[in-house]
Amino acid sequence: MTEREERRFAEVPRESIKLMAESTGVELSEEVATLLAEDVCYRLREATQNSSQFMRHAKRRKLSVEDFNRALRWSNTETVCGYGAQDALPFRPLKEGELFFVEDREINLVELALATNIPKGCAETMVRVHVSYLDGKGNLEPQGTVPTAVQSLSEDLLKYYQQITRAILGEDPHLMKVALLDLQSNSKIAALLPYFVYVISGVKSVSHDLDQLNRLLHMVKSLVQNPYLYLGSYVRSLVSSVMYCILEPLAASINPLNDHWTLRDYAALLLSHIFWTHGDLVSGLYHQILLSLQKVLSDPVRPLCSHYGAVVGLHALGWKAVERVLYPHLPAYWANLQAVLDDYSVSNAQVKADGHKVYGAILVAVERLLKMKALSLTLAAEGGCAGLPGTATGAVGFRENSLGLSPPPEPLSEPPLGIASHLQAGGAGCPWEEWTPVSLPAMYCELYSFFGDSLAVRFSTDPPLGGAPPSGSRQPLEGRKEPASGAPNLENTRKMPQLTASMNISPRQDGSPCMEPQPPSLAATVPGRSLARSSSSSSVSRSRSSSSRPGRSTSQSRDIFPKARFPLPQVGPPAFSFIIGGRQMGRRCQGRRFQTSFTPTPPLTTLPPRAYAHKLPVIGRVSKPVRRWTCSHYSLHLPL
Amino acid sequence: ARHNSYRGKKMAAVQDAPMELDAEKETKPEILSDGTSNLSGNTASGTLSSPPLTAGGAPKQEDQQTLIAVLQFLRRNKLTESVEILRREACLEDQEDSQTLDGSGGGKGDGDGGDANSLLSRVSIASAAAPQSTLTPIPVKSEYDQPDVSVVLSAYSQQGDPSLYQVYYSSLKNFIESVLDCHRAELSQLFYPLFVHMYLELVYNNHENKAKAFFEKFSGDQECYYQDDLRILCGLTKKEHLKGNEALLDFRTSRFVLRISRDSYQLLKRHLQERHNNQIWNIIQEHLYIDIFDGMPRSKSQIDSMSGSFAGETRREVNKAKVFYGLLKEPEIEVPLDDEDDEAENEEGKPKKKKTKKDSMGSKSKKQDPNAPQQNRIPLPELKDSDKLDKIMYMKESTKRIRLGPENLPSICFYSFLNAYQGLTAVDFTDDSSLLAGGFADSTVRVWSATPKKLRKVKSAAELNLIDKESDDVLERIMDEKTASESKNLYGHSGPVYGVSFSPDRNYLLSSSEDGTVRLWSLQTFTCLVGYKGHNYPVWDTHFSPFGYYFVSGGHDRVARLWATDHYQPLRIFAGHLADVTCTRFHPNSNYVVTGSTDRTIRLWDVLNGNCVRFFTGHKGPIHSLAFSPNGKFLASGSTDGRVLLWDIGHGLMIGELKGHTDTIYALKFSRDGEILASGSMDNTVRLWDSMKAFDDMETDDFTAATGHIHLPDNSQELLLGMYHSKSTPVTHLHFTRRNLLLAAGAYNSQ
Repeated sequence: MTEREERRFAEVPRESIKLMAESTGVELSEEVATLLAEDVCYRLREATQNSSQFMRHAKRRKLSVEDFNRALRWSNTETVCGYGAQDALPFRPLKEGELFFVEDREINLVELALATNIPKGCAETMVRVHVSYLDGKGNLEPQGTVPTAVQSLSEDLLKYYQQITRAILGEDPHLMKVALLDLQSNSKIAALLPYFVYVISGVKSVSHDLDQLNRLLHMVKSLVQNPYLYLGSYVRSLVSSVMYCILEPLAASINPLNDHWTLRDYAALLLSHIFWTHGDLVSGLYHQILLSLQKVLSDPVRPLCSHYGAVVGLHALGWKAVERVLYPHLPAYWANLQAVLDDYSVSNAQVKADGHKVYGAILVAVERLLKMKALSLTLAAEGGCAGLPGTATGAVGFRENSLGLSPPPEPLSEPPLGIASHLQAGGAGCPWEEWTPVSLPAMYCELYSFFGDSLAVRFSTDPPLGGAPPSGSRQPLEGRKEPASGAPNLENTRKMPQLTASMNISPRQDGSPCMEPQPPSLAATVPGRSLARSSSSSSVSRSRSSSSRPGRSTSQSRDIFPKARFPLPQVGPPAFSFIIGGRQMGRRCQGRRFQTSFTPTPPLTTLPPRAYAHKLPVIGRVSKPVRRWTCSHYSLHLPL
Repeated sequence: ARHNSYRGKKMAAVQDAPMELDAEKETKPEILSDGTSNLSGNTASGTLSSPPLTAGGAPKQEDQQTLIAVLQFLRRNKLTESVEILRREACLEDQEDSQTLDGSGGGKGDGDGGDANSLLSRVSIASAAAPQSTLTPIPVKSEYDQPDVSVVLSAYSQQGDPSLYQVYYSSLKNFIESVLDCHRAELSQLFYPLFVHMYLELVYNNHENKAKAFFEKFSGDQECYYQDDLRILCGLTKKEHLKGNEALLDFRTSRFVLRISRDSYQLLKRHLQERHNNQIWNIIQEHLYIDIFDGMPRSKSQIDSMSGSFAGETRREVNKAKVFYGLLKEPEIEVPLDDEDDEAENEEGKPKKKKTKKDSMGSKSKKQDPNAPQQNRIPLPELKDSDKLDKIMYMKESTKRIRLGPENLPSICFYSFLNAYQGLTAVDFTDDSSLLAGGFADSTVRVWSATPKKLRKVKSAAELNLIDKESDDVLERIMDEKTASESKNLYGHSGPVYGVSFSPDRNYLLSSSEDGTVRLWSLQTFTCLVGYKGHNYPVWDTHFSPFGYYFVSGGHDRVARLWATDHYQPLRIFAGHLADVTCTRFHPNSNYVVTGSTDRTIRLWDVLNGNCVRFFTGHKGPIHSLAFSPNGKFLASGSTDGRVLLWDIGHGLMIGELKGHTDTIYALKFSRDGEILASGSMDNTVRLWDSMKAFDDMETDDFTAATGHIHLPDNSQELLLGMYHSKSTPVTHLHFTRRNLLLAAGAYNSQ
């Protein structure tokens, strides 16, 4: 006892040192341990003494862990982490064995994260003036209370919160609708916003439940649409929740029966909505989103559904995003996708289906990229012709919406420069800085080499700017007409690819060489340049043989635009062969070819050709449109 | 003296390490001049003759080797004369019996050993001194049995029997306790420095257990105000530890200053000579500086009031330098007449009174204070128009100033920082009380407007191009209304901010931080303009000169630095404190800077030449607040011990002690006229003191001025005019507005 009293300072006994050494696998002799123990004691004491000066200068009475760490840091010692908590750590004795220890409970992070009691925020530091003593006499009034940060929620609000969350996450769809509507328009729920955001951030916990995810996304939508709410920095949290739905390989995706694709589409749509309406709240948000999308896209380990999400996300963010992220990344990505699509094994069926999904999504995205780029070029050329782009993009947006294939494009109010300026603003040190825009023809060329005719078909099916819709000519499959070449104001937009459909109608399904007469001159022709490129030269040798220009360059040649050619009407069931996947530039692989045979049903033939074109790329998306084409037979095989 | 220098050289050469020869040469004669030259001379001459024969009796063989080594060394360095002397004396010594040595010579040997030991220790410490390349010893084999020089010389540090330290010390203790009361108090001053040095010597020589025992036995005898140091000492039991502890290294190398009357000193000397207590005598010679004065010995209370610092008391001659403490002449500024008319209208009547007041002020400013420095002693920035406007404002305000006094105490406004989770560490007000800045432990600096006028930034360059520069309200137009807010945050530091200071023109703010930098912020754009790097350790405090442009900072690196805002390197480095410089203040005339330190001393530095012109001891704890009286004559200092000390700068004397606070005093401020001193402390109180009375009461006769022996009346209770509690808010800063309203600031502590 007396010994202990005399000892004024805590000491580390050499036994402890020995134990510590043993725990790291070092055997210490008695002597060394004694020396070490003494040194440890001294160093501890020194650090404590040094740390006290930090306390004194911080004008505190209590020595904090931070003070001690500062002292350690200044003496070039590693700091002690993990003891920074504000509350004192309980120091407990253990009865058996005279052991003392600091209680360090394990904390269940999941529980902590999903708990509904959100910790109160910190109030702003403020200064309050108070006349303490007047003429040196007496306290006039007490110093007053300290304003706290978050007033605890009123009873009513709490009830509202519970009801709404219950309604939205509950089973009753009607209740949910009502709740969402209220959430969209209620002007008094600002105080609840963090709570709702918190609930929404629970998406990660329900990744197995598409319904719940959908509901949460709807909740996001309602919050975003509520004009009375200022989202502030909560935008970030909402975006991350939505991104989760877009990008993550949700547990629900394991079952192919679950239509997580739609969820992703919806989430992507929502993302673009949040971004266009609230993107200004958080600086650099656009950039962050693009970066994370790019990361997913460039990560081959990620499942295809994630890639799909990234593609639709990019698509939703507008064509500039596609141009900047997806387009440059396409060559690298294509190889992976091709491998998936080329694998015909049964075990790969599911993956392949997913691959087609991605393929379709990419196609949609790049197609709009081309369109919008062409449009922007037109705009640039026309200068201030403001009316046209609005209507044109409007038309595009509408059409695409009606197809249900992709989220709608950005709101039309978005000025074309918006994205670019965004990128520049947040683009310090970003990999896109050295990004240079690719000219439209070059881009088209490259894309064509990936997608082949499917791209061409789709692209061609759009109503030309100011052009007349293709007339239902007798010719069974008219890709499209020469685009309003007469329109004088389009004179300088000739660079735009005009006609890209490339179809062969072969008499037989197997696609034996056919005697192709001169194709109808439906090819897109750009004045001053011979852009004709036969489909054969682009990929199919059979066609090449019949090409009107045998002397043309080999497959290596890169014509700017492929020319569509159509055979004469044939007897028998016409078979269409489309080069769905074009050859990749510089790679020696065959293009993907789809062959389609139609039973010549009368309505079919009378359909305007663009209808086909619409449906065709749907191949990847098996779900909806196929049903209507029950009579058609889709085959996915390589003909040669 | 020549001998001494020889010896010094020899030591340096033998150690083959850089050392400060100059210091040795300089300090030695100083000691000798204390009327002890006889004894010292003996010791010195005996040095070379007598080897360090310890009382235990070292083997003769070793002594021989030592001598040989020394001789060899001297010869190599062509110190032939010394060689001769040593030869002769060594031969003589050889014939002597070791027994006789034990009696007289042995003691001398011990003394030398102590000397050598200290030298060695110093040598091992010194790292930055220039190496003496000419004296590099190369071991050369000769006819003698060649011992390694350094090994042999290390024997010098093995002087004195460690077990006898206790005997030495207790014999001295017995002696001091037996002398007359009047001498006892004075001689008791020896206890602490001797205790520390003996303990350190034991530690240095690896007598760990002896050191511990020594500490156990005598640490209880020391004055209570040395507790902090003893606590540090207590943990230090190894030579290796000594190396990293700069404070103690300084203690060893610097001399502890004692003031002892001649009578007491003679008494001590006689005792030590009679008892041959050379161990102690050596320490006194080597490590202590005894400032002997003629006259009555001081009383215990007198001694206590001045002691307590890390390095003893002040040497008398230090505070003899002339200090120009007077204020500079105020520039003459014509107050526009129409303003006066306005005021006359505003406040009915009394225009006459006002006029007289103004006149008196004018005459005051015209008269040149004899104690003031020359106007251009240090270059000061020229007054700008805005400064003149401000001066006019100041004069107008000061006419409305309340005259404070014991009967008329100021009202206090408390600025409570609420929700300062991040920890409020420093506060400053602008002189006109319009802005308030807080430094926080989370590295931010925040500026609040203390008036309804919001803080606005200047517009961006592009926007500034658009405004009409010719318009009258251009100063208003350049401000960006969109940025108006009550407070602004300044981000830039990477460690807690420990000091903030506004420039007098309210355009800049300084902040000093743990990250080792002082930053200058613009209060127009609320951005950082400069980061001054120089202190490579935490900067504890910074303060702007009352005329702007200059500022001073002090930190953990134990120096204070004087900067000019447009120089990125310091103009002056004030070095001398033995521990951290904790607070820094500019003198009202900007010619001096005062610094307070953890070594419990205060130093006043001359900005012109960087000299330390005043050195105040008496605090028993680190000094955390300083304040000059408005007339520049007096200084108040507050420390962790809860006492405020008042100093007369001109005479260099302590003139008052204000006891009452129970915790560290972080804030001190004189009222605008200097009648009231306000002190704010960690104990959540503000106390007001009658500084006028304190200054008037002091003895200013020539004798006290000459000796510096003041007798402090214990009149704290009389001087205390008021004590005001805050609810739970330590007082971090105090400020008197121009009308003498007292503003206090601190962070509300909810726990």
